Amino acid sequence: MVPRVFLAALLVPIAVFAQEPIRIGAFLSVTGPAAFLGDPEQKTLELYVEKLNAAGGVIGRRLQLVAYDSAGDAEKARAYVKRLIEQDKVDVLVGGSTTGETMAALPLAETAGVPFISLAGAVVIIEPVKKWVFKTPHTDRMACEKIFIDMRARGATKAALISGAGGFDKSMRAECVKVAGKHGVQIVADESYGAGDTDMTAQLAKIKGTPGVQAVLNAGFGQGPAIVTKNYRQLGLGAPLYQSHGVASKQYVKLSGDAAEGVRLPAAALLVAETLPASDAQKKVVVAYKQEYEKRFNQEVSTFGGHAYDGLMLYVEAVKGAGTTDKAKVRDALENVRGYMGTAGVVNMSAQDHMGLDLTAFRMLEVRKGDWQLVQ
Amino acid sequence: MLAQYVLSGLTVGAIYALVALGFAIIYNASHVINFAQGEFVMIGGMATAGFIEAGLNLPLAAAAAIACATLVGILLEKLAVERARGASVVTLIIITIGASILLRGLATLVWDKRIHPVPGFSGEQPIAFMGATLLPQVLWVLGVSAAALALLWWFFNRTLTGKAMLAVSHNPLAARLVGISVRRVLLVSFALSAALGALAGILIAPISFTSWDVGVMLGLKGFAAAILGGLGSGPGAVAGGLALGLVESLGAGYLSSAYKDVFAFLIILAALVFLPDGLFGRRAAERV
Amino acid sequence: MSSFPTASSAAAPPSASRRSLAALAVIAALLPLVLPNAYTYEVAILVGINAITCIGLNILIGYAGQISLGHAGFFGLGAYGTALLASRYGWPTFVSLPAATVSVGALAWLVGRPILRLRGHYLAMGTLGLGVIVSIVLATEDRITGGPDGMAVPPLSAFGFAIAGEKAWYWIIAAVLVTCVWLAQNLIESPRGRALRALHGSEIAAGAAGIDASRHKLHAFVLSAVFAALAGGLAAHYAGFITPAKASFLHSIELVTMVVFGGMASTAGAVVGAAVLTTLPQLLTVLKEYETVTLGAVMMLTMIAMPRGLIPTLEKALDAARGKPV
Repeated sequence: MVPRVFLAALLVPIAVFAQEPIRIGAFLSVTGPAAFLGDPEQKTLELYVEKLNAAGGVIGRRLQLVAYDSAGDAEKARAYVKRLIEQDKVDVLVGGSTTGETMAALPLAETAGVPFISLAGAVVIIEPVKKWVFKTPHTDRMACEKIFIDMRARGATKAALISGAGGFDKSMRAECVKVAGKHGVQIVADESYGAGDTDMTAQLAKIKGTPGVQAVLNAGFGQGPAIVTKNYRQLGLGAPLYQSHGVASKQYVKLSGDAAEGVRLPAAALLVAETLPASDAQKKVVVAYKQEYEKRFNQEVSTFGGHAYDGLMLYVEAVKGAGTTDKAKVRDALENVRGYMGTAGVVNMSAQDHMGLDLTAFRMLEVRKGDWQLVQ
Repeated sequence: MLAQYVLSGLTVGAIYALVALGFAIIYNASHVINFAQGEFVMIGGMATAGFIEAGLNLPLAAAAAIACATLVGILLEKLAVERARGASVVTLIIITIGASILLRGLATLVWDKRIHPVPGFSGEQPIAFMGATLLPQVLWVLGVSAAALALLWWFFNRTLTGKAMLAVSHNPLAARLVGISVRRVLLVSFALSAALGALAGILIAPISFTSWDVGVMLGLKGFAAAILGGLGSGPGAVAGGLALGLVESLGAGYLSSAYKDVFAFLIILAALVFLPDGLFGRRAAERV
Repeated sequence: MSSFPTASSAAAPPSASRRSLAALAVIAALLPLVLPNAYTYEVAILVGINAITCIGLNILIGYAGQISLGHAGFFGLGAYGTALLASRYGWPTFVSLPAATVSVGALAWLVGRPILRLRGHYLAMGTLGLGVIVSIVLATEDRITGGPDGMAVPPLSAFGFAIAGEKAWYWIIAAVLVTCVWLAQNLIESPRGRALRALHGSEIAAGAAGIDASRHKLHAFVLSAVFAALAGGLAAHYAGFITPAKASFLHSIELVTMVVFGGMASTAGAVVGAAVLTTLPQLLTVLKEYETVTLGAVMMLTMIAMPRGLIPTLEKALDAARGKPV
């Protein structure tokens, strides 16, 4: 009698609760200087929320995406995150395309106790570890290390740096300067260019004039690296040129044209999905995502969209594991993700590591005849 | 190395000069600073890229792009500036700022938010010259800019419309009294500035690509160049543009590449402090 | 031919300005009753911060008739000043905030003397250049300032109590705003304010009447810089974060737009302009990719329809309705 009444009383809220959609709050730089990042991220989130809902939702509930465009502006990002937390009452935050936006919004997620999966690059997001903050992209420090290891493998010990004025550029440049010594590389030149600059021949001429330069690393994204690449060939610089994962997209290759031949950069296996050997553990996931994205949007797949896919899927994985959207339980589930295969690589989270990727997640790619090739 | 710096400085300086001329022409006709000038540059580049992707060949795409930009300039004048006649100069400036925001938003809708390449007019093979290398496009930039300047000089000094525009810039009231339609002059000045801006955008796009927001920085630097040269002066705009480009390039080469824009602006500020009307500016006579 | 703004700089009679001050205080006190959640408080706080900057800028543009396209530079310097003093040198924030504000004022005094010799568009360029230089330096010196990604700012605290949460900040900003409006109105109605307005009309005529133009212009410049720096410092402590974008050229343009949109030579106009142009983008997010186009269109249409700005046009309409001579 009492237990039955009790059960009936429980069923009512459960029934109501079953209708409540799982709200995923996103703040992305869809317009503005980082539209490069936010546009594929938003498209990916929309596509997969749709697919997940078509397949019956997650734990019996449909997903609802609430997305705002923060246009690369940290203050806007803060305001939108506040809106997402207080007004839209989301269950999870996925976003912060740029490090600046992520760092500005971080404290809000921490105070409100909402799991936040960042899509930005800098290592400072997860170091030191923050309770509610996770991230899916590789850190810029990992990119530097991958590049320096490759440089040493080719016999280069003296390198020149050239970077832009943006947050990503500066953060990666600082990390590279920090870890160069550990890998036995000496930075002999350090030039920079401004946002919106149309010509980098002056800076590259200086690098050309510096004695002993054996390799050049360009930390940047947007159109700057493409201009650097073209100017690089124009000036006839012979040393190998490395770009960052910030330009790991076909657009960079198209913009640079023939000048990109022989350029190397670290990137997720997503870019060479089809050419991966069948034995590669990542192949299934990346090929599936690549085909879905390209079919739907008629656009080249982008690693940034891949990070959004990983963010969403990790959350879904955690919710399934916890059986609920209770924020604290999902957070714990996220922290315990082991062996999850995403587009960026294998994810092994822990209490000390809220990113979960290691250096094997990055592959070194080289541009050959306008296409990516895996460097063994 | 000096030759390389000078060449790159002259290239970007020529673009600044064209944008600065656009500012000067509109200013002369109306005392308005058209903050949407940079957007004409953007339309030139993006429309060319768009037309090429749609299948037109380069010369046709470029011509069509200039036509588009000119149309936008005319629309801007007719729908916005003319409607606001009698408003203060500051109000007109805010209207042009609104126009620049509107045009940037339209660009993301008509085209997209990506960066687009435009093929060089005559290939990408670098040419060696006096110890420096330059892209063939640089020759196009310098050559076409020089030709445009020559054409403008002929227009302003040898045609009736051009002379009428000069008259309006000196004294609108007197110009009206001798029968010059100030409204027509305003319309022509916007159309001409738009065409010049678009031309600059098309010339530079093969070197530095084009996207929906290239206009912001170029507009800002073009304005700085126009002020440096003396607002309202054609030769001043050109001199200001070239000087700005050279200062930037030499600053990046010999001083610090991170601070080259700071040097450029410091030099402009210093120049203005000693020459408050710019390099070639007319001493403005104020009626008390 | 006067080279610049020609808005009427006649001040409202003292009783009208006391009425508008009272109205502002009442609105600020009652607003929390209609704000549903912390997000709306945040928007209100942002409006207040922008309004404080705009009131100062309005004294410079609307009353003294000098244009500044670089005021975001002062805002950014105030913000970074208090942030650096508090986090890197460990100063208590109730000391670092006024210290930064006063230092920016001193800097404005130093820089203002040569810069204000320029007129009209040349002054616009001069101030623009200064603003751009500040924003580039802030973004480039990343070891001190954290670079383009910005730096964290300690919260404002006094005697061990940290001020946190939207509600507390709302009252602080409201109090500062009302005080600033009061200060601005007092200045405008004082002999100094009349001297400023005379300058705006004609510098030469004012000089003939014995007014030292350069001194008054400098005072207006410094005062507006102080307002901007104060607003910047408050914004930094409120958000707990600051980026160089706050000192950018685009932010300077936004500020000037707010002042002109609301109505130059009108303190109420500065506040209203800040309110409208801060909340409008938040409201327009529903339009997603059409947000930018709509914002630009709204700006253009409003300025074409109301060339003297929102408040002066409304005042004129009210006067006409009352039958007063317009």
